[in-house]
Amino acid sequence: MKNKVYESADAALAGLLFDGMTIASGGFGLCGIPELLIAAIRKAGTKGLTIASNNAGVDGFGLGMLLESHQVKKMISSYVGENAEFMRQYLSGELELEFNPQGTLAERLRAGGAGIGGFYTRTGVGTVIAEGKDVKMFDGKEYILETGIITDISIVKAWKADPSGNLVFRKTARNFNPPAATAGKVCIAEVEEIVPLGALDPDGIHLPGIYVHRLIQGQHEKRIENRTTRKKEA
Amino acid sequence: MAWDRNQIAARAAKELQDGWYVNLGIGIPTLVANYIPEGVSVTLQSENGMLGMGPFPYEGEEDPDLINAGKQTITELPQTAYFDSAQSFAMIRGGKIAMAILGAMEVAENGDLANWMIPGKLVKGMGGAMDLVAGVGRVVVVMDHTSKHGESKVLKACTLPLTGKGVVNRIISNLGVLDVVPGGLKIVELAEDVTEAELRAATDATLVN
Repeated sequence: MKNKVYESADAALAGLLFDGMTIASGGFGLCGIPELLIAAIRKAGTKGLTIASNNAGVDGFGLGMLLESHQVKKMISSYVGENAEFMRQYLSGELELEFNPQGTLAERLRAGGAGIGGFYTRTGVGTVIAEGKDVKMFDGKEYILETGIITDISIVKAWKADPSGNLVFRKTARNFNPPAATAGKVCIAEVEEIVPLGALDPDGIHLPGIYVHRLIQGQHEKRIENRTTRKKEA
Repeated sequence: MAWDRNQIAARAAKELQDGWYVNLGIGIPTLVANYIPEGVSVTLQSENGMLGMGPFPYEGEEDPDLINAGKQTITELPQTAYFDSAQSFAMIRGGKIAMAILGAMEVAENGDLANWMIPGKLVKGMGGAMDLVAGVGRVVVVMDHTSKHGESKVLKACTLPLTGKGVVNRIISNLGVLDVVPGGLKIVELAEDVTEAELRAATDATLVN
């Protein structure tokens, strides 16, 4: 079996990064983001990146780190409301932005990874999202054509992996990670724990190792964006 | 006196029916969960990949891997299921979610909804709102009837970029409840101590009987 396990995020990205490349990233807000790989891309200084990711991190953390260092040329995202630096760069014209409805972005990544060139959806009909897109009627209703996304690499975060790259996610940290993983020509996954072969239940694997090419284990900060609690009743 | 945020949410909660799968948007819609009537059991979907969303955690029990679409820490329930974002929006687009309750910046009498963008000003994004309004069975919007400057947000035609065309079924505002019907909006209910004349004065859209 090919060894997919690398020593560090730097080692796992070696030979894969180049200026002007495309990257698909998992995560929703700061939940389930590949924070170690993002930090390593920041360190590598790769420029002119086009990144497909639901969000753009926050100032100073997650993909916000790559915005801060002006490594990002274009974002393909559904929601960027949490990031002041993003807004500043976008409104001043430094950063290109392609807004995709969240479900359309997820399906474009899934489609790209599944060999589907495009799909028709009702989402965005009659809005700016539909502008310039092919329209087709199904059952008397209007649908618009969206294309699959294939990226040079994808970076994802999972909870556990085995050395063959089988991944298990935890709770809502799964989010965009599986579709993003499949969309990359090379997928690098960072996990909290690499367990021995055979330790994962084959019936409980969320993403089969065929989609995962390189793997690292590391310590995650797992920052909480919006800590909300309730009081214990007396 | 009109309804406040919590009263709007409480009124919106009456829209829920037993057994439904429901998606609640960010802001006032999130408050709806606090007012689900007794005897009505609904399963809340969070579009970041969860069915069966539970209440906020007790202090000290927050889990960074467990958040809702507003990125708030939440908890799970015995019936909870997790899935990825593609699966999440497959059930939304596929019409499996009975109702979405969403916020609005503007609504028009033909059911057009604008709730995601003010050109040149505010760049946040549509998130999952466009998918929700295109896919779920019924769309209810909760909103303030007028802007801070007193201008109506219930319009003949939206001025802001649309989230969806002809997608809204019912509006619940601080002044009352209106349905989107052929030819315009129909008053269903007035908020406490709000007169029909007051609601009409605050509404730019065509009102029909």
